[in-house]
This record gives sequence, structure tokens and C-alpha cells, in this order.
Amino acid sequence: MRFTPTPEQQQLGDMVQRFLGEQYGFEVRRKILDSHEGWSREIWAKLAELGLLSLEVPEEQGGMAPAVVETLLTATATGKAMLLEPWISSAIIATVLIRELGSAQQRQEMLPAMAAGERIAVPAHFEPGSRHDLKVIATAARRSGAGGWTVKGQKSVVLHAPAADLLLVSARTSGVPDEPDGVSLFAVARDGPGVSLSPYRTLDGVCAADVELTGAAGALIGAEGVAFACLLAAFDQGLAARCAEAVGALQAILDATVEYTKTRQQFGVPISRFQALQHRMAEMLIHVEQARSMSYLAAMRAAEPHGRERRRALAAAKVVVGNACRFVGQQAVQLHGGMGVTDEIVVSHLFRRLTALEMALGDTAHHLEQFVAASAEAEGT
Amino acid sequence: MDLSFSAEELAFRDEVRAFIAANVSADTRGKVLGGLEVSRDDTLRWQQILHRQGWGGPNWPKEFGGTGWDPVRQYIFEEESAAVGTPRLLPFGLKMVGPVIMRFGNAAQQKRFLPRILSGEHWWAQGYSEPGAGSDLASLKTRAERKGDHYVVNGQKTWISLAQHANWIFCLVRTDPAVKKQAGISFLLIDMKSPGVTVRPITLLDGSQEVNEVWFEEVEVPVENLVGDENGGWTYAKFLLGHERTNIAAVGASKRELARLKRIASEERKDGKPLLADPGFAARVAQVEVELMALEITNLRVLAAEAERRAPGPEASLLKIRGTEIQQALSELMMHAAGPWALPLRRGAISERSGVPSTVPEYAAPLAATYLNLRKASIYGGSNEIQKNIIAQTILGL
Repeated sequence: MRFTPTPEQQQLGDMVQRFLGEQYGFEVRRKILDSHEGWSREIWAKLAELGLLSLEVPEEQGGMAPAVVETLLTATATGKAMLLEPWISSAIIATVLIRELGSAQQRQEMLPAMAAGERIAVPAHFEPGSRHDLKVIATAARRSGAGGWTVKGQKSVVLHAPAADLLLVSARTSGVPDEPDGVSLFAVARDGPGVSLSPYRTLDGVCAADVELTGAAGALIGAEGVAFACLLAAFDQGLAARCAEAVGALQAILDATVEYTKTRQQFGVPISRFQALQHRMAEMLIHVEQARSMSYLAAMRAAEPHGRERRRALAAAKVVVGNACRFVGQQAVQLHGGMGVTDEIVVSHLFRRLTALEMALGDTAHHLEQFVAASAEAEGT
Repeated sequence: MDLSFSAEELAFRDEVRAFIAANVSADTRGKVLGGLEVSRDDTLRWQQILHRQGWGGPNWPKEFGGTGWDPVRQYIFEEESAAVGTPRLLPFGLKMVGPVIMRFGNAAQQKRFLPRILSGEHWWAQGYSEPGAGSDLASLKTRAERKGDHYVVNGQKTWISLAQHANWIFCLVRTDPAVKKQAGISFLLIDMKSPGVTVRPITLLDGSQEVNEVWFEEVEVPVENLVGDENGGWTYAKFLLGHERTNIAAVGASKRELARLKRIASEERKDGKPLLADPGFAARVAQVEVELMALEITNLRVLAAEAERRAPGPEASLLKIRGTEIQQALSELMMHAAGPWALPLRRGAISERSGVPSTVPEYAAPLAATYLNLRKASIYGGSNEIQKNIIAQTILGL
């Protein structure tokens, strides 16, 4: 049992923290947020330089996988910085999908380019009818002549789609919409014919889009009809990274709140002297530490083969983290008073990120149901 | 980073598990698993069984007759004990006065008292709280005046757990009323058979008699029973409170109670189906279960930090708060799971098995009493509000 990273892992974690602290401060981020694209190619190139896009890339393609702890530490740091770039979408979820599903040739073709920051791929999975359920896929693909496929359907709230070169589109090649069998994965060029994006920002400022596929050309990744287990694995790794990201944001918003209450004076004293507020912040800290514990569990379990235990642990993690995101975020705004509801200070930005994180990849209610189902299965009831 | 136990730790766990299962009596185990009161004899017998095995002091160093186990092994031992359903080892001797005597007592005190804690000969009580000194412990008034080779003690202690079974009590007493309140306190060991000591039971809301008032009237205590320096008691008291909070999270016991809750909710039926299959009830159970999973890891993080010889910090306050909230939530859910069967509360339901109306399932009888009794958990050992003060001041620097 060990909870401390190795010196090498710690070094990498410190390096990411330092980089983001120096080059991704609040004002820098705000400029990126206000830019037309909503993300920065320069930052992306630097993340590649630092090796942070190759954490999930296998060694034979020049990467570091498996790098569970490195990913955990990096995700936590990006949470504090409220990164707008598609790190989890491309460097975690899409990378895992190609690594686990792609042929040797596809891995060689795509992963080194992604690790170098030259190409961005993001998963386009959820649909208008799927809510949080991964297996509800109505988008369909048909063979079209010489080894090619055409894809038709709608994908909704595809995070970072406008930033992507490639969309990794899940589509049904057989079966009915909520069946795990018959799901395949296709690489679709984002600016190709038959692909149209309706772009927008999410509530925390991340660029996203609804994607309409009207006979888009898709390249089948790996074998036909067997993508579902890999989608589960990739989204579980994404979920673990989201949990770690949340912990970074939670710690940051707690720190900001503690700092603020120490400086804000009312009735002639700093408001941090008031016990009602002290106890609230103590409760916030407990939430943060419980969430941190679960981010560790999620990281460890997400790397394991699929099974009830992985499902159960990740669902539990998302529930604890989601509850923390909501409670700590809301209380941080409350304790900042009027300042908390302005766009001017970091706390409202962190609050928006935490709110988005609670809903990302299945909200608390969804994962509570998942947890109950996985527990019942495990106990045979 | 690695969340699993090492091979040696797993082997240790198996050894502990096998020993406990083979040595705890079925009767005692039935009481623990059924949420019934464990008697004085049950507790003492278990202490003696462990003592014969060399495990009488699971948290003690070898030089004082303990096991010398590291924090992780102590944790595993407590987990396994809770899971199988052994009586809880008495904290008053093993976790409170024992460590204080080891650290601050003289050689004669160590020789006299420590072996008798391990053997169970001495059952200790904790004489801290007073009617006017609860969370504000340092304002205690019980006086000890030096007269020759004795202290003469006068005053009243209260909320003394299981003092009716105890033969010794360690007390915080005021030896200098003229100085700042923390600076005039001493730590005395008092034989409860001394003339002038009176124990009066307090009946609790569940009908149990678990705590007592202890009165001291002109009680003579030999000066050799003073631990450490006169007026140095506050330091020892704080040291003791730090030890009291180890394993305060009670993760093992809560896991056992969670399993019991699930058994009850599987037997109770709603709309022809097990209550546990009801989405609303299942969600309430799940909320507690995920919080317990997180607490287990948080607890291990604190232990790992201790094992690396980073001082046990204020994180213990966090464990105390969430640990007791979970215990209370589980007892509340069990009571609700039993539904109407939880209503027939009889005084002393915790301490008896029979006499329940025949329509009421056996398991339901103690549930309401346990729920009522466990309100204490967020009050004792430093109330949860005091723990939040500690977090605010020590961790957050507010």
C-alpha cells in the first residue's frame, strides 16, 4: 500500500503544475476563452513537447503507457488550471480507443501524430437519444464499395469537436440501438463531406458541437462490430481522468475560498473568524479529501479489465466526486458573496467547470444507479 | 501508488482472520452481529484470549508487552475483528491511559499498571468530562489538594462510559486554581475502591445504562499515582486525545453494519419485492456505501502517512466526522428498513434477546434502540463541531 508517487512521477507532476502555473494563468486562460476558437494551438504544442499527449500511447509508438499515476497527476493539474484544450478527449479517450481497437497500421498511423500534437482526434459518441447511456447508439454505418464505409446519424455535445481533425464516431454496423454487439468505430475527417457541425460552448467555456453525419466517409478502426468493450474502457479511463481533474479544481476553489475569507473584512474582522463559515469550509475540505481518495481508486480500477468491480468502483468514484463538485462549488460561490457571482474572479470559473464535471460522462444520479446495479449483480440479488 | 495490501500484509490478515474465527465464541459473535449489548464478561474473556495469544496490546510496542504491529497491521487486525464480530477491545486502557503511562509514567507505574491492562485485571474508566466542562474541557473543577503523601480529591465527573464495570479511573484534576486554566491540571490514577468514590448510573434515551456520574468526596490518592509532573496534565490529556482518535473512522464496524443493513433490507418486502430492490431505498443505501468506500481509502492514506512517520495529523478529525456520520446513517437506515417493526421499543432492547412480541422479527428489536444510542457518536470523543474547529484552525489556518 503506497499513496506517494515515485520521484520520477512526482517530478512529472511538479513539472506540469509549474508549466500551467506559469503559462496558463487566469488572464492567459481568459484570452483563450474569449478567442474565436476557444482553445490554443500554442498551448497544445507545448503539452506535446512536455510529453503529456503521449501518456496513454504505447511504448512502441513512442509513448509512456501504461502511466496511470502520471495521468492522474496531470489530470489533477489540468483541473486546477481549468484547461480548455482537448487533453482528456484526445490524449486520453481517443488515444485509448485507437490503442485498444486499432490495427498495428492504424496505431502507427495515428498515435505518433497525436502524441506530437499534429493531429487531434476526439470521440463522437453520445446521441440525442442516449442521455448518459453508452450503449444507446442509433448512428449507422454501411459498406460503400472498396473497403469504405459511409456513416449516417447525429452525435450531440461532442466536446472539442471544432478543435478536432478526426472524429472517432461510434456507429452500429448491426443490431438494435441499445445492444452492445454490433457497434463499430470509425475515423471521420471533421471537415470532410457529409459532416456538418453546429458549434457552441459548454457552460464552462469548452468548445463543443452537435455533429450531423449525412453519409460521411468513415475508416473502420479495428474489427467490425466489437467496439463496445473498448468504448467502455476508454470512457472509464476518461471518467477516472475527469475525477482527478475535478480534484484539482476542488482543491483550487477551496484554497481560493479560504484565502478570500481571510482577507474579506466585515464587522471589523476577517469573515474567516466566523464559526458558521469555518465549519462550512471544514465540510468542504472533507468533501475534497473524500473525492481525492476516490480519484485514486478510479485511476487504479480504470486500468483493469472490464468487470463488475471496475464498473462499481468507477460509479462510486463519480458519485463521491460529483457530490463534492456540487457542494464545494456551490459553497465556494456562497462564501465569496457578491463577488462569487461575477465573471471577474476565478471562483465563478471554477464553479462552472465543477458544474460541468458533475454532469460529464454521466451525472451523480446516473452513476448511483450504475453503482446499485453493479452491486446487486456482485451480490447476486 | 498502490492501493492494495502487500503479500506479507495479506498473509497477516489470513492469520488474524483464522485465529479470530477459531477463538471468538458463537454466543458472543451472535450478540455483536445482531447489534445486542456485549457484557462485561464477554469483553474480558476476549481480552484474555488475545492476551494468551500475545495480541493483548495490538497497538502497543513490544517493550511493554504489545504486538509491535505497524499502523497498517493494527488496522487490519481491527478490520478483521469487526468483520468477524468480536467484542470491541476497551479503548480506555489500551488506547488512552496505556499510551500515556508508557510515554509519561515512571518505571514503577509502567510495571504496575501496563501488564494489568493487557491481562484485563484492570478495567479503566476515563474521568475527563464534568457537568461544566464538556467541549471546554480545560475549565474542569474537580480539585486535588496535596496533603503529605496524598492528594485529596473532591468533585464530580460525568459521562463516564462503563464506569460501573471499572476498577480504576484516570482523572484530570485541578491542582492549581490560581494559574491559567490549562496550566493547573494534573493527571491522576485513582482506585475506584477508594473510600469516597461513588458511581451513579445515568439512564440514556434508549433505556441503557452505559454512562455514569462518578463523585469524589475526600478521596485520598497516593502521590505515587500522579502521572508525570504536577500541573502537566493538559499536555498528557492532549496526547491521549490524539491516540483516542486512531481508528475512530470505524470502517470495519461500518462495513459489518452495512452488510447487516443489506440483509435486513433483503428480508423486508415492499410491493412483493425485497426492500433493497426499491430504487429509492437502494439509492439511500448506495449513498452511504460510496461514502464508506471513500472513507476507507482516506483512512488508509492517513495510516500510510503515519507509517512513513509523518505525525498523525488533524486528518483524524476528518475521519471522526465522516466515520460517525456513516455509523449514524447506517443505524437510521436499518431502523427505517424495519419499518413498523422498529416502533415497539422496550427499555433495554439492546441487552436482551427475548420478550419481543412474536409478530416482530428478531432482528428488528434492537434497531430503534441502536439508532437512539448512536446519537452519541457525533458527540463523544470531541464533538463533530469541535472536530470542525480543529480542521478549520489546524488544516485550513482560519
